[in-house]
Amino acid sequence: MKITNLKKGTTWNILNEYFSTIGGLSIFTMEFLKNFFKPPYDFGEIKKHMDELGVKTLPIVSITGFIIGFVLVLQSQPIMIRFGAESFLPSMVSLSVIRELGPVLTALIFAGRVSSGIGAELGSMRVTEQIDAMEVSAINPFRFLVVTRVIACTIILPILCVYVIFIAIIGGYIALILSQKMNFSYYTDSVLASLKFGDVIPSILKTYVFGFIVGIVGSYKGYTAENGTEGVGKASTTSVVLSSLLILLFDSVLGKLTLWLWPT
Amino acid sequence: MADLIVQIKNLSKAFTYKKVLDDVSLNVCMGENLVVFGRSGTGKSVLLKCIIGLLRPDAGEIYIDMQNVLRMSEKELNEIRKQIGFLFQSGALYDSMSVRENLSFPLIRNFKFSKKEVTDKVMHTLELVDLIEAVDKMPSELSGGMRKRIALARTIITEPKLMLYDEPTTGLDPLTTKEISELILDLQKKLNMTSIVVTHDLICASIIADRAIFLKDAKIMYQGTIEELTSSKDKFLQNFFSTDIIKA
Ligand SMILES: Nc1ncnc2c1ncn2[C@@H]1O[C@H](COP(=O)(O)OP(=O)(O)OP(=O)(O)O)[C@@H](O)[C@H]1O
Ligand SMILES: [Mg+2]
Repeated sequence: MKITNLKKGTTWNILNEYFSTIGGLSIFTMEFLKNFFKPPYDFGEIKKHMDELGVKTLPIVSITGFIIGFVLVLQSQPIMIRFGAESFLPSMVSLSVIRELGPVLTALIFAGRVSSGIGAELGSMRVTEQIDAMEVSAINPFRFLVVTRVIACTIILPILCVYVIFIAIIGGYIALILSQKMNFSYYTDSVLASLKFGDVIPSILKTYVFGFIVGIVGSYKGYTAENGTEGVGKASTTSVVLSSLLILLFDSVLGKLTLWLWPT
Repeated sequence: MADLIVQIKNLSKAFTYKKVLDDVSLNVCMGENLVVFGRSGTGKSVLLKCIIGLLRPDAGEIYIDMQNVLRMSEKELNEIRKQIGFLFQSGALYDSMSVRENLSFPLIRNFKFSKKEVTDKVMHTLELVDLIEAVDKMPSELSGGMRKRIALARTIITEPKLMLYDEPTTGLDPLTTKEISELILDLQKKLNMTSIVVTHDLICASIIADRAIFLKDAKIMYQGTIEELTSSKDKFLQNFFSTDIIKA
């Protein structure tokens, strides 16, 4: 329960907001889990959201993926040459892209694009009473609107992430052949040779968590929006901030966990 | 005494220290059309939302069909809600769905109709509100009055036993107002529908009302037929219903 009559901008108000968000988000997540383990699932809606999410984010993540690989090679090539370690360039690209840059950057872009979208969409449905309208027609709006979106986000982000990793590795190759000769099969061989189980699987698994964060935070902010159109804008922006923060937080925690489980 | 469909006992509701409803009791009989008057901001919408369980009152009890709405599980509440229609003051059409999808949404989700039955019902209901041509439009393409009528169509399409209308005719021209009011009256006769209608509109009220109540200062101040209220000697009511403003 949030205390409502505090002055704006005071420390107490900020703390109050902070803790009520954590509490609210936890309860919201519990509600999700409760509904998640209760079939039937609305596959039609889930598929529709996945299509929309894919179409919405594919162009921007393609460009980002390419640039990640391209710039990474461009920037590190001189340094590697200085240390006489050029031959490690392909494996360096693949390791940094797969272990860290691919998942996190894709997730952050996904958060910016999707979390805000869900926040705004559900927020406007909340303030124009569309969610109430569903409730009074005996349709569970939480299941119809929230559960389907969160599932769609959780499924689609890992797929996007794998795609981004591929594009980034190709981007790296293109940057490489601008300055030196190397044929593609040699490049892919050295990319693959350096990879271990502990590099690939945990980082793909972690993107499921990121996808879930984006879906649940956007839904939470939108679903609980209040105060008319102003609230919709607020839901949209705060959901990007909160989901990005949580992604970075979970990235460090899960990164540490990975190193502990699969020491390199 | 006729069967009671809605019983409200000692209902109170406040928002941050402001009392909106204070110890309100009200009975509605099966098949009756009850009109709720009251100045803007006196808690008419809040009253309807309490009845359908969207808002939780601070005190009091609400019975629909002799069942206590406030003590129900989600499942029981949903069973009751399938028999109730609620027209929001704002319409609350689903923005992301076309008119056809808006209307068929409750039908497909809650009842087992075949595809053809759904289409037939959608077309038939649109005919009732005289908006067949809007069937494949999106809500953003409709005028305010059209939205109101589509929202009305969406609410009556499931043929509920109890209808709660929050200002069904606000924003409509006098002729459409008359048609919509007659539609409400028709539904009452054909389906023995019970209606609680919040309105400011005297044309609408005088067509449909069997009985009217007047909310003021968080209480039901007056109760009676439309004629009784409009011809009352009470200064406040005379002021509220006076048409002198137009003549002056
Ligand atoms: N969710 C809410 N939170 C806080 N206050 C509310 C809420 N809903 C309604 N109120 C307050 O309750 C009072 C009654 O509101 P309500 O919407 O029932 O008025 P109304 O009688 O329907 O008026 P109108 O004819 O303008 O629609 C208003 O003072 C409003 O500010
Ligand atoms: Mg109202």
